[in-house]
Amino acid sequence: MTLLTIRGLHVKLGGRTVLDGVDLDLAPGEIVTIVGPNGSGKSTLLRAIIGALAPSSGRIDRKGGLRIGYVPQRLHIDPTLPMSVSRFLSLPRRVDPGTAEAALARAGAAGLGPRQMTDLSGGQFQRVLLARALIGTPELLILDEATQGLDQPGSAAFYRLIAALRAEIGCAVLMVSHELHVVMAASDRVICLNGHICCDGTPEVVAQAAEYRALFGTGTEGALALYRHDHDHRHDHDHPHRHEAAE
Amino acid sequence: MTFLDDFIVRAALAGVGVALAAAPLGCFVVWRRMAYFGDATAHAAILGVAVALALSVSVFAGALAMALVMALTVSALTGRGFAMDTLLGVLAHSALAFGLVAVSFLPGVRVDLMAYLFGDILAVSRGDLAVIWGGAAVVTGLVAWRWSALLTATLNPDLAAASGIDPRREQLVLTLALATVVAVAIKVVGVLLIAALLIVPAAAARTFAGTPERMAVAAAILGALSALGGLAAAWHLDTPAGPTIVCVAALLFGAAMAADLLRRGVRA
Repeated sequence: MTLLTIRGLHVKLGGRTVLDGVDLDLAPGEIVTIVGPNGSGKSTLLRAIIGALAPSSGRIDRKGGLRIGYVPQRLHIDPTLPMSVSRFLSLPRRVDPGTAEAALARAGAAGLGPRQMTDLSGGQFQRVLLARALIGTPELLILDEATQGLDQPGSAAFYRLIAALRAEIGCAVLMVSHELHVVMAASDRVICLNGHICCDGTPEVVAQAAEYRALFGTGTEGALALYRHDHDHRHDHDHPHRHEAAE
Repeated sequence: MTFLDDFIVRAALAGVGVALAAAPLGCFVVWRRMAYFGDATAHAAILGVAVALALSVSVFAGALAMALVMALTVSALTGRGFAMDTLLGVLAHSALAFGLVAVSFLPGVRVDLMAYLFGDILAVSRGDLAVIWGGAAVVTGLVAWRWSALLTATLNPDLAAASGIDPRREQLVLTLALATVVAVAIKVVGVLLIAALLIVPAAAARTFAGTPERMAVAAAILGALSALGGLAAAWHLDTPAGPTIVCVAALLFGAAMAADLLRRGVRA
């Protein structure tokens, strides 16, 4: 049973074809990362999946009643809009304080409830966005460049958190990232996108693919080296959940 | 209801009614940076007034229709790659200019022009009062009903879409509410100052609100205080009522800013 089936997806933005003939299946519990150059349609694909963009042709079939948690690429909160973390978690549907606090704790943002969103650091802000996405226990977590603005240890910690969450609540994860090396280590499957799907497979398979190398050129070797390096150390999944110094 | 026989009571009720409806809507205008949008909608209403007078239909209906046309036009153009700032400036001032020219063609209306530009709150009739409170109730009800969805869509359209909310629909709700407030506020502050009634109380409320809901309630209270204070001041100083209401709102904004600066200074 798949959570999501996409067939022949075609999306135009302002008259320009951004996605053409995209097929994608997503199984429960798998972590899938979309990589691709700027303008390759990564965010467009995610926005079509959440329903923010209408496809010009093709189908996106979701499992009936699929619960999606979405973490946007960036969220600008206008300084004129007062918004506490706990109020933010109750948008659009009210959640009780216990549920909100549990979601914050799960995302590594315990105790931030009374703070104003605009007062948070970059790392805290991302964790609060993640906490909101976790409310309602999603079957599919969608993250669009969720580590933008975080430093390297910060984003590595964020991806570790994602992996831990998948293990805990069993959700599938679909994410877009620029950070090839981290992504390669954290994903079950990598999709290389450039308007269409160039290649699709386990990180090692994709890293070897000619299409991937053509797109990422010299960066590939470094990413692969880092990937292998990380890979050696990353099979003990029971490392303690840390509140690292990302904030 | 003999108390409605007193024109100053009717004026006070009209002012408070408009202020209460404008405040929560004004918060969205501030949060979404739609100040110019409010101006364009309000200025288009004068064209509606001219059309209504020419066709001998209700001024309220004419203003509502024209404000709606303008608001929908601007909504439709939003996000299509136009330089919105410039476009809104063009639309807002052109609508005002065309409205003024159109009014000048109508015999006998020229003397009344000031009433439409700056309001004529002391001349509010029982019928006007019914229209104002009816419109205010519709707007407040609409905003209250859609509150959570509006807030989510204001925060981020994609976040709203992922939660099953259509951001374009929420934009349309705001547009409808804005046109209605403009139409009912003409009698109170006139087309030139409607945007002030939307924005100034909301901006003042921002300084001491921790959540969007508190900001909306605080804006409503400040708006109502401005209406009552402005009427009282206009009575004693013999000044035009509409502009005096906006002056009181501006003074409240100044006081709120000063208090906020002082509080920050103490904390630092």
